[in-house]
Parts: sequence; structure tokens; C-alpha cells
Amino acid sequence: MRSRKSWVMALALTSVLALSACGNNGGNNTANGGNAEASNAPTQTNSGAELSGSILASGSTALQPLVEQVAEKFMEQHAGLDIQVQGGGSGTGLTQVAEKQVDIGNSDVFAEEKLKDADAEKAKALVDHQVAVVAIAAVTHPAVGVDGLTKQQLVDIFTGKITNWKDVGGADQKIQIINRPASSGTRATFEKFALGTKTEDLQGSIQEDSSGTVKKIIGETPGAIGYLALSYLDQTVQTLKYDSVDPSVDNVISGKYPVWAYEHMYTNGEPNETVKAFLDYFLTDEVQNGDVTELGYIPASKMQVSRDVAGTVTNK
Amino acid sequence: MLNNKIAQNHKSRIEKHHIEDFIGRSYMSFCVLLLIVAIISMVYFVMSKGISTFVVDKVSVSDFFFGTKWSPEGSNPSFGALPFIAGSFVTTLLAALIASPLSICAALFMTEIVPGWGKKLLQPVIELLSGIPSVVYGFVGLSVIVPFLRNVFPGQGIGVAAGSIVLSVMILPTITSVTVDALSALPQNLKESSFALGATRWQTIARVIIPTTLPAILTGVVLGMARAFGEALAVQMVIGNAPFIPKSLFESASTLTSVITLGMGNTTMGSPQNNSLWSMALVLMLMTFLFVFIVRLLEKRRAI
Repeated sequence: MRSRKSWVMALALTSVLALSACGNNGGNNTANGGNAEASNAPTQTNSGAELSGSILASGSTALQPLVEQVAEKFMEQHAGLDIQVQGGGSGTGLTQVAEKQVDIGNSDVFAEEKLKDADAEKAKALVDHQVAVVAIAAVTHPAVGVDGLTKQQLVDIFTGKITNWKDVGGADQKIQIINRPASSGTRATFEKFALGTKTEDLQGSIQEDSSGTVKKIIGETPGAIGYLALSYLDQTVQTLKYDSVDPSVDNVISGKYPVWAYEHMYTNGEPNETVKAFLDYFLTDEVQNGDVTELGYIPASKMQVSRDVAGTVTNK
Repeated sequence: MLNNKIAQNHKSRIEKHHIEDFIGRSYMSFCVLLLIVAIISMVYFVMSKGISTFVVDKVSVSDFFFGTKWSPEGSNPSFGALPFIAGSFVTTLLAALIASPLSICAALFMTEIVPGWGKKLLQPVIELLSGIPSVVYGFVGLSVIVPFLRNVFPGQGIGVAAGSIVLSVMILPTITSVTVDALSALPQNLKESSFALGATRWQTIARVIIPTTLPAILTGVVLGMARAFGEALAVQMVIGNAPFIPKSLFESASTLTSVITLGMGNTTMGSPQNNSLWSMALVLMLMTFLFVFIVRLLEKRRAI
């Protein structure tokens, strides 16, 4: 009985493997199926060739849901195409694309910021594709009695100089910092553009990586302050004005609100035809005004300002 | 002629048998080989990665193990891992301290006090506990234990205490099931002789049953500690993850696993920070080996 069971399991395993192999072949064979929409993608005009093969993307978990959703739609239009999107974090995405293990590396930060020193050469080979913008706002527990802070006040809070809300015009309540880990892209963006300086971790501060957990803790912990992407904001936390500027989508687009960063999709060298078609599809109005906005990101195409690696902002 | 044929038949039958035997044997050898290769390559990978912190990035071993400042992204990076090592040990020990008495009592209840409905009721409950995913434990910890601790004790509720409580519930099933197995395997006549001598049930439990099964119970405790030491997600959600040695049980702290899961994805392969995370993974792995070693040692003493 037992031996029969194990044979059945072995059989099931091999048949699953065989089936998945068939699935791939089947996909490739039927790639000539109708793809009327393919002509929508700008690169498809010159060659009438069908897109087929597979694209592997990995990296930023903040960008992952967007890439997954767009990939899903793109695959519907191109039956022969298989796009896999994995998480792993910005560092993983950049490492893997630099080592050509994946076709696209998703990152919350510029590759030059992660691949430093000995790895600086690797960053040069990577080609940046900015597909969306994420803005980050400082948020607090609803009962601290503050609805805006200046840059200097934020710096003083995150470096531990101010430890009570009454010093910035709020209630008499100890400040509890909810930070991100030192390697987090969200923290890098917040420190660079909101504080203008790197901060050391403080004894007693809380660090969480997932935005959902950060929001939950800020909403429940008296005196808590942290920062979240705009798409996570709701009534459970108090959103702060930054130097009297409201962190709204319009203010980000016009360049008035400075705490934002691009979401990058890196390729190693210029992308091949298939990957390029996918990345171009990302920048079509359909995706930028549809999926990007829908999932709480800001369309990169709408931005009236642009920013380079060094952080210099120029009007478009 | 006839003899020859029979011999031939006989021979072919044996061959078929042998082939079957050969296939089964090689299939199994292949599986075992795969397992050994997987384990060895994993150990090799973690070792080589973990050692590169000291060899490639020139972080001194004593700075790593005894340094208290963890600031890998700072302008003057330092890689002190003591806060994480200390955090892991404190949470694990506290979790074992909380869970062991509960588990041992539960096991005694199921086997000695009310073996009938006690076991029928508790067994599925314990099994259910071990089947709950760790993210659920973490979320329950964050939603129930953290607010409770915040209201009762000073501090924000997040910290070593919350982590230990969550972990202790997670390792309850491990300790309980190992203890139940040991208690059930205890020869009946040992108890009967004790009762025959006029000992009460409590005297039998305290002076006969527990002393004879102690090595097995300790095995369960060590296995539970091994699980607590390696648990990442649930602890990470409730411990706060500040890279400092906490001054109280209700202050944000970190463990080896929580700093690894928070940092691994965000750092690039080969960077000093990434390498130092691998070194911590190496420490974790060596600790696990130590736990296994202790269990083997205890098992040697287990024979009654």
C-alpha cells in the first residue's frame, strides 16, 4: 500500500513536469494566433513579427503589483509571450539584471545608488526605464495634534533632537519613530528628499519593511510618526504637510512637493525587441492613465519636472 | 535438456527480480545522493558567503561578534552584530521558559491525568497550532498581544516580550508532542510499581515519570528552541527591529532572522552589507547545528 502510494506520487510529479513542458511548447506554437492589438505598441510597426518567448523580471516589491498587472494584460494581447514577475527587493533585482539572470530588474532607486564602489561598473551597463513615480508623505498617529512639519522639524525628530510632540506645537506626547530598515528604498527616498540627510537608527525606534504593517502600527501607536507612499494613506493616519505643501498628486506632478522617486525598470544594455515592446507598452497612455493611476502610482509621463541621479530637478 | 530449460527459466526469473531490486536501489541511492549534495552545497554556499565579510570586506571578527553598532549604510559603516545575536538568544530563551511548563503540563494532562477525553480534545488542538502559518501568528501578535502589552506595561508594546510570547505559542506544539510521545512510551509497570508502593498520583508524576522522561522532555525543549531561533516572520512583525540591545523587555529590538529578512532583498549581492547578512545566516546555521548536536546527546541518554 505504502509503496503504491509513493509510486503514484512519483508518477504525478513526472506528469506535472511533462505537462508544464507541454504547456510551454503549446504556448510557443500558438503564438501566431490573432494579435490585432500588437500594432498598438509603437515598436511593432516596422516588423510585423509576432512577439514570443519569455521575459523574466524581478526586484522591488513596491513596483511588483504594477508590473504583474501590466504583464498580465500584455500577455493577453500576445499569446506567445510568457512574462514572469518576481519580488525579492530592489537590491535583488539590480544584482540579477546586472548578472543577466533576469531580463528586467525593478528598482525603487537609481542603480548607481545601490551598485556602488566595486560594483559601479555594473551600474553603467544598465539602461534605465522610468515607468512610474511614487510620492512619500510623512504621517502620524491621528491624535498628535500636528498637521504639518517643516523640513528642519522633521530632521530634528528623525535625528532624536525633538522627542515630544509639544515641541512642534502638538500634544504632550512622546514621539515614537516608525522607520524602515537602513537598506529600504522608501527610507532612502524619504531621507534624501524630505530630510536632506542620512539618519542613524535611534534606540527604541521601530523598523518595519512592509507598508501595511507600518500603517497599522502608526495608526495604533500613540505619538507615532513614519512615512508612507501616497497610495497607502487613509483615515487611520494623519498625513502631514511638508513645508506647508500638501502631498497631493497634483503637487507632485507640478514639482511643488519634493518627496518622490521614480520606479525604475532596468535592462542590461539596450533591451531586445520583446522586452522593448513590453517596456514601450508600459509608457502608452492606456497603461499610464489606467493601471498606473489605478494602483496609486503617479504616471511618469505626466510629470512636469524630471530628476537625475544626483537629485537635480529640471522642468521638462 | 529439460534441466537446462528449468535452469534458464530460473535464471531469467532471478534476473527480473534483480532488475527490480537494482531499479529500486538506484532510485533510492539517487534520492539520498541528491539530499546529501543539496545539504553540502547549502552549507558550502552559506559558509563561503558568510566568511567573505571577514576575508573580502576586512571586517574584524571581534567587531562583528562584539560590536554593538550596526550602521551598514552610514558614511563610516560599522557591522556590529551583537544586538541581533543577543536579541535572538533572549527571545528564544524567554520563549522556551514560557512554553516549557505549559507544554509539559499539557502533555501530562493528556497522558496521565485524563488520558481519555483529555487526549481526544487536546491532541487536535495542539496539531492545529502547529499548522497555523507564522504570518498569522505575527498578525495576531501585532493585533492582540502588542496592544495588550502597550496598555499594561510602559513602552509601545512592541519588543522582546511580544516576540517571546508569540514564539512561545509557536513552539508549544513541538514541545508538547515530543513530551507526549515520551510519556506514552514509558513502561506501564514503572507507574504500577510506584502506585503499589502507595505513592499518590502527584508523587508518581513528580518522582517517577518526570525524572525518567527528562532527557526526552529536554529534547522537546531544545527542538522548540531551534524552531524559535530560526523563526523570522512572526518575530519580525512584533519585535520592532531597532538594531540595539534593548534596555527593557518592552523596547524595540532585533533578532538575527529579522535583520536578515529585512535587509536581504534590499541589498545587492556582494556588497559589504549583504555579506554581513550572510555571516549572520552562518551564525544561525551553526546555532542550528549546535541544537541538533544537543538533541543527539540527549537522545543517547534517553534509553530507559
